[in-house]
Amino acid sequence: MKYLDEYRSPAILQGQLRAIRELDTSAVLMEVCGTHTMVISRSGLRPLLTPEVDLVSGPGCPVCVTSERDMGRALALASIEDVILATFGDMVRVPGPQGTLLEASSRGAAVKVVYSPLDAVALARENPDRRVVFLGVGFETTAPTVAAAVLRAREEGLGNFFVLSLHKLIPPALKALVHMEDFSIDGFLLPGHVSVVLGTEAYRFLPREHGIPCVISGFEPADILRAVYLLLRMKAEGKPEVANEYSRAVRPEGNRRARETMCRVFREADAEWRGLGLIPGSGLALREEFADLDAGSWEVEVPEVRERSGCRCGDVLCGRIRPTECPLFARSCTPDSPFGPCMVSSEGTCASYYLYEEEGR
Amino acid sequence: MCLAIPAEVVELQENETALVEIGGVRKVVSLMLLDGVKVGDYVLVHAGFAMEKVDREEAERTLAILEEAAEYGPLYE
Repeated sequence: MKYLDEYRSPAILQGQLRAIRELDTSAVLMEVCGTHTMVISRSGLRPLLTPEVDLVSGPGCPVCVTSERDMGRALALASIEDVILATFGDMVRVPGPQGTLLEASSRGAAVKVVYSPLDAVALARENPDRRVVFLGVGFETTAPTVAAAVLRAREEGLGNFFVLSLHKLIPPALKALVHMEDFSIDGFLLPGHVSVVLGTEAYRFLPREHGIPCVISGFEPADILRAVYLLLRMKAEGKPEVANEYSRAVRPEGNRRARETMCRVFREADAEWRGLGLIPGSGLALREEFADLDAGSWEVEVPEVRERSGCRCGDVLCGRIRPTECPLFARSCTPDSPFGPCMVSSEGTCASYYLYEEEGR
Repeated sequence: MCLAIPAEVVELQENETALVEIGGVRKVVSLMLLDGVKVGDYVLVHAGFAMEKVDREEAERTLAILEEAAEYGPLYE
């Protein structure tokens, strides 16, 4: 496949590994993207890089960082009689206080999995007697697509399309991470497709204010190894910056039109992250102009969230522990029967470990 | 979840959409978030939207850098 296969030659990977080894530098590096997490696990990169490089996963999976309270709200909306809850497939098995959307669906709730937010607009068009609520989950890559759907619904004059905006922003989460007391990461592998929208400038504070090197990375194993090499080199030279390894897709200025679309519909708001708690300005709420589409303002009863006994997803999401250090991992929490969100999504750190890594078996 | 796949633009269609091809599969995607798309461009597709054009020159340049490292030879002979 064009622009994928060319990057997959074994010789390229071998050469990158050799270049990394020759730097003779060790570091703890964090990837902040669920797709990177999955690629690292599936390609077996972790054991190839040890002991010099310790790859730790951060809060890079939108499914995993969705709080239980927010899931409870989504479930409450789904149980309203005239509501069709449209969602990306990743969300249907995430546990909330009343179970999962899949379980709600088996009890009669109308839960529809869609590929695109525009499919949810089509659902509203085709079901004028129902209210369609789109479960807006995702980072800066996905939020513009939801914003575009909102504009399309408004343009068509649809009065039955709504959004529950649980979107999250990556830079404020990185800021929260580096301010944590026990933070000890030497460099960040930054998410490639979030950066397609954001560009490079949004991350400048990391090298400038905190001395942390960052590399925006593509998604082939060769991209990740190259990003690791660049991070180690910056650490060794003591010259932290934001490097762009994924320049074939990420322009320094990002995708302005996508950002403008996102900002036209949404404004920054505080958001609760699983594992990191409430982070100021890390979420997106619908602007006043679109308040009538906001399903987040509906009066619904959300059950109280109880501590999930033994679940360490919060610590996994901050990189404090590896999935294998959680007492539930591979025992009462597996991809077939997930207890915590990091085991639900295929991009969750726990699921990636369980499915692909020796340690996970 | 931020997965995006490079797809070739086969045809520009009405209502700000394009027909794209990914590994032999054809699909209509929205161009609401991307300016200046032409037939023959490769675009990254995410959730039904074209998000960015793949820059051919940069793709070749990255590949050249990676291949340069490959000339070092493997770690273990």
